Amino acid sequence: MAHLTPEADKKAAVSNFADALENQLDNSLEIEGRSLWADARMRFFRNKAAVTSLIILAIIGVLVVVGPWLSPHEFDAIDWSYMAAPPDMESSHWFGTDALGRDLFVRTLMGGRISFMVGILGALVAVLIGTLFGATAGYAGGRTDAIMMRILEILQSFPFMFLVILLVTMFGRSIMLIFLAIGAVSWLDMARIVRGQTISLKGREFIEAARVCGTRPSAIILRHIVPNVLGIVVVYASLLVPGMILFESFLSFLGLGVQEPMTSWGALVNEGSQSMEVAVWQLAFPVAFLVITLFCFNYVGDGLRDALDPKDR
Amino acid sequence: MLKFIIKRFAIAVPTLLVLITISFFLMQAAPGSPFTGERNLPPEILKNIEAKYNLDKPLYQQYFLYLGNLAKGDLGPSFKYRDYTVNDLLEQSFPVSLKIGSVAFLFTVIIGVTIGTVAALKQNTVLDYIIMALAMTGVVLPSFVIAPLLVLIFAITLHWLPAGGWNGGEWQYMVLPVTAMAIMYMASIARIQRSSMIEVLNSNYIRTARAKGLPWHVIITRHALRPSLLPVVSYLGPAFVGIITGSVVVETVFGLPGIGQHFVNGALNRDYSLVLGLTIIIGALTILFTAIVDILYAVIDPKIRYQ
Repeated sequence: MAHLTPEADKKAAVSNFADALENQLDNSLEIEGRSLWADARMRFFRNKAAVTSLIILAIIGVLVVVGPWLSPHEFDAIDWSYMAAPPDMESSHWFGTDALGRDLFVRTLMGGRISFMVGILGALVAVLIGTLFGATAGYAGGRTDAIMMRILEILQSFPFMFLVILLVTMFGRSIMLIFLAIGAVSWLDMARIVRGQTISLKGREFIEAARVCGTRPSAIILRHIVPNVLGIVVVYASLLVPGMILFESFLSFLGLGVQEPMTSWGALVNEGSQSMEVAVWQLAFPVAFLVITLFCFNYVGDGLRDALDPKDR
Repeated sequence: MLKFIIKRFAIAVPTLLVLITISFFLMQAAPGSPFTGERNLPPEILKNIEAKYNLDKPLYQQYFLYLGNLAKGDLGPSFKYRDYTVNDLLEQSFPVSLKIGSVAFLFTVIIGVTIGTVAALKQNTVLDYIIMALAMTGVVLPSFVIAPLLVLIFAITLHWLPAGGWNGGEWQYMVLPVTAMAIMYMASIARIQRSSMIEVLNSNYIRTARAKGLPWHVIITRHALRPSLLPVVSYLGPAFVGIITGSVVVETVFGLPGIGQHFVNGALNRDYSLVLGLTIIIGALTILFTAIVDILYAVIDPKIRYQ
């Protein structure tokens, strides 16, 4: 009798049943076919260029995070005996030093941290604002949509880089400002794309069903629309990341981005370009890292688009 | 068509006004004044200076004064280059930027479309792969990377071209800056043009044209080129903005006396009125250009007009 079984046994029985059910479900899923995401994953991993790029990006990512600890040097420490020294294994200045005698290996990786952080956080901001704005505009339709789109149109014809430089002129240089600026620019295209998708989703049966059930619009947008546009959002987010990295590097190159002694790839390229006649390595390493990263992000983005974008199927 | 043009400009004007307003009030919100320097000025002198630049008036009056002057084409005095107005600085530097900018833009579009079309016509041949590999490389080479690399290769190592300077705009001095500005967008346009041309070549009306027995070059120029240009045209706006933005870097690297150097120096010197004036000029150009591109788009694609 069930009520006489000890508590532990009961729990074991329940968990056994749960396991069995899970196995059953797993098996049956495999038989029934792949989900949308599994399908996309398969397609992505068949794309050699994208997978190679992903691996290289992962290596650069790990290097950027742990690399600075591998070197005995600090990113802002001056090594007086090695000023503008070429790459050298013995002194463990693997990438050489800059004009002030700071280790370039550590500085390049520290710069990479900034670039990756800006790229990924920037894309996240874009995804959040863009998706919500686009989904709301698309779902609301009518006058709300018209007003929201007009706002978008106005913002889109702004020369943002110049507005950011204007901001920097006034409030001084800071990484927060760059984040803010990047956040302000980057969500516009995302919003447009999501809006288009939302409008086509709006007429579908499951949305109508949700509306008939009396689900609030905010819940419909968050629970039913957003998950369905996620595929395209992921594609555009991955293509946004290199754009963000470029944006930050551009400002830093002009000396309007991160401040000394902190550095970023843009700032390093600038320093390197001023001494390239005598110290090519100061330009070569940051450029190599920046270009390879951008290259890989572009290939991964292309791969994701081929895997996830329903248009190309 | 006329209605479409009017409608398009009806959006452009308020956009510009919003840009001017935002920029102006941002300037006012900035902490400190441009005259708080290393050396503290005596209060009477500071008062005189502020009166000269109208900074002692209430905010809304300053705003309308600025707008009124702007309508007359007067951007006000520069805060840092005493004795110069923003207009003076623009008169010296704008022609330089306009020259390299427009040359770069022309090259971007013509070469980008040409090599994109060639790649599409030779699809899946070695030539196509080479062009596309080069284009992919070009896409990830921003102006601030390509500019020093070009100087390193063609000026410092090979001594073919000068490393910088303007020299009245002789062509040798323009080659490297124009290349640096154009490459990234040229590559993007080539990629866009290739994929849209491939799509057009696979369409039914091209098959019909071939079935009619039209020569290949007539099919390309008369039937395929125009519809295949649509995606490129919609990319012209962003490309224009990108080239203008890139010009700031390129002018700094090559030491060209264009508006880019004023922008960067203005930003570093906190020359508010100069940066504000430049932002508004470039903003107006951008907005005007986007409007023209939209109209061009409607000219090529009649569907847009009747929406």
